[in-house]
Amino acid sequence: MAENSVKKEKVPRQPMPEQAASVRRRNFDEVPLGYSKETAMLEASRCIQCKNPSCVSGCPVGVDIPGFIKEIASGNFEEAIRKIWQKNSLPAVCGRVCPQEIQCEGVCILGKKDTPVAIGNLERFIADYVRVNGIGEMPEKAPATGKKVAVVGSGPSGLTVAGDLLLKGHDVTLFEAFHKTGGVLVYGIPEFRLPKDIVASEVAMLEKIGLKIECNMVIGSIVSMDELFEEGYDAVFIGVGAGLPKFLNIPGEDLIGIYSANEYLTRANLMKGYLFPEYDTPIIKGKNVVVFGAGNVAMDAARTAMRLGAERVRVVYRRSREEMPARAAELHHAEEEGIEFHLLTAPVRFIGDEDGRLIQLEGLKMELGEPDDSGRRRPVPIKGSEFIMDCDLAVVSVGAGPNPLLTQSDPAITLNKWGYISADPVTGKTTKKGVWAGGDIVTGSATVILAMGAGRQAADSIHNYLTWGW
Amino acid sequence: MFTIVKREEMAAGTVILNEILAPKIAAKAKPGQFVIVKANETGERIPLTISDRDPEKGTITIIYMVVGKSTGLFKTLQAGDAFQDVIGPLGKATHIEHLGNVVCVGGGTGVAVLYPITRGFKQADNRVISIIGARNKDLLILEDKMHAVSDDFHVCTDDGSYGRKGFVTDALKEVLEGNKIDLVVAIGPVPMMKFVSQLTKSYNVKTLVSLNPIMIDGTGMCGGCRVVVDGKTQFACVDGPEFDGHQVDFDGLIKRLKAYEIDEKKAYDEHCNLLGGK
Repeated sequence: MAENSVKKEKVPRQPMPEQAASVRRRNFDEVPLGYSKETAMLEASRCIQCKNPSCVSGCPVGVDIPGFIKEIASGNFEEAIRKIWQKNSLPAVCGRVCPQEIQCEGVCILGKKDTPVAIGNLERFIADYVRVNGIGEMPEKAPATGKKVAVVGSGPSGLTVAGDLLLKGHDVTLFEAFHKTGGVLVYGIPEFRLPKDIVASEVAMLEKIGLKIECNMVIGSIVSMDELFEEGYDAVFIGVGAGLPKFLNIPGEDLIGIYSANEYLTRANLMKGYLFPEYDTPIIKGKNVVVFGAGNVAMDAARTAMRLGAERVRVVYRRSREEMPARAAELHHAEEEGIEFHLLTAPVRFIGDEDGRLIQLEGLKMELGEPDDSGRRRPVPIKGSEFIMDCDLAVVSVGAGPNPLLTQSDPAITLNKWGYISADPVTGKTTKKGVWAGGDIVTGSATVILAMGAGRQAADSIHNYLTWGW
Repeated sequence: MFTIVKREEMAAGTVILNEILAPKIAAKAKPGQFVIVKANETGERIPLTISDRDPEKGTITIIYMVVGKSTGLFKTLQAGDAFQDVIGPLGKATHIEHLGNVVCVGGGTGVAVLYPITRGFKQADNRVISIIGARNKDLLILEDKMHAVSDDFHVCTDDGSYGRKGFVTDALKEVLEGNKIDLVVAIGPVPMMKFVSQLTKSYNVKTLVSLNPIMIDGTGMCGGCRVVVDGKTQFACVDGPEFDGHQVDFDGLIKRLKAYEIDEKKAYDEHCNLLGGK
């Protein structure tokens, strides 16, 4: 069977057209340009329509992948998007930022002998196609149940919960602390990876089917959880995301020119600091930029710095290439854009001038020793390997801890020892009746799609509760 | 949108008072807490401490000094105009309790932040001694209001144009010499808070200061407002904004407040040019 299928496959995986690295490294326009209709249909024709598709189980929200791809292959675009929307209300986002290589595409049967179907590119194509052409209809809503749900936080998990529960007929209000919805999709992920108009239009789709949105609402301080119930909400979902950024805790870290990745990206993305002074929020533009950490967020920071005109951008990471947590595609894009990687290197201290501005960095070379608790080989400093590097902007991207604002406001919500919310791993139920949680506030920093998966599970559990009780 | 229901100019037009319709915030705000204010789509998020609230009218009052492009833009908003975004109440509230003798020291626009705290301590049956100061008579704000909630009241101006000539620290020293003081609350320019804290440390009197570092989200996400307190990194938005003045690294804060000095000057000059040199 398998041999047969491979023989049938004549069309190679269609490459995604992209802006040339030499051009895009200085602009904020999106890097991939998207498939044309013809390319998408060609790529879709590669799917062999497995009877027991492993791609679907590889998708945290269980999209009917062969189903929507089949519709694209036959040019039934409205039907294709309908199939996706049944399971995923944010396809334009997911098509762009999901780590498909370790999910749906990672288990695609074609990938065993050849390259997997470009599922992410196809999802992105269809979402963009229906948006641009103004076609496609959201699945029909179930009759109104009269139940009210408050969703706290408008990032990926909150939007998923909201979308699912709206379709099930509940009355959903989304509360966002920032002045704009989208959470990490708007403050964290840069424009060149996820244009903000696209996030806005996916949120607008949910508004069309009845989502109510209240921005500037810091739940926990302006309204408590108990007050939400008093106001008539029957259930609450908490998806407030990661919080307090972690720092390196080395001397000089409070010098001017040292940002957490959260601050740097928020200034650039949410506040549009790259358009200063047209927008009022300034952002420090370094000539010699150093980014610490090697996750996707670090790559976003490094590539943003390059676009803001840096002469050199260096990523400093204390482990080796194999341990870098960023997606291969992100690393590849960063390297193409001229980002340098200094691996097995650790910062020792920051050096400032008399005004307290960062000018240099002292670092140290490392070598790999025995495996540590995480199973990764522990980096060990090499004695006498200290060196000085010029650096006028440093971005620290080594993760974040939980946000204490909401969790401290309600003692009935039990936290784990790290301060994240203790929630049932299957249902997302917290220790407070009628309250669910999901996404980074439960797991610590993770990915958009994992937060969406948690949102999906919580939405199912909330729906059960609203139908049958706790 | 958050409508300005009342607007006043103070301190010869350098300081502006806005009473803003924000019923949910007004219902919850406590002394010492702040809001983040953004004027329009392209605006900056600016943290401002809440100076007063009226839960019945559903309003909060903010008082700010016009120092840059954003506050310059706020100044152009008249009664009836609106801020696009007001977020709060944020930060920890001042811990107000009956202690005995409390000294409230305010400098410049800091008096606006100090006022609800002073009133709180007065209402908690403390003997409240207030000392407020400014560079000159014209720049003094809220004198009558502060006077009304104080048992003992002192005004200082740097140039002697009103009250006693000299710094608030001079008057504070005399108060500390002659009285057993249980707490000092000092709010004003960072150098003032620094010198007050140095003085009270030598008298071993606990001192609270309210810090105003640069912030973006104000909800514990960006880490921009980090300050060093007792050798540890603290976030003013969620751990503060009030801290023990004897533990704060004021020199670090003074430097960090200048992070965008050049950008801000450029933006402000362009803003002023647009307004026809006003």
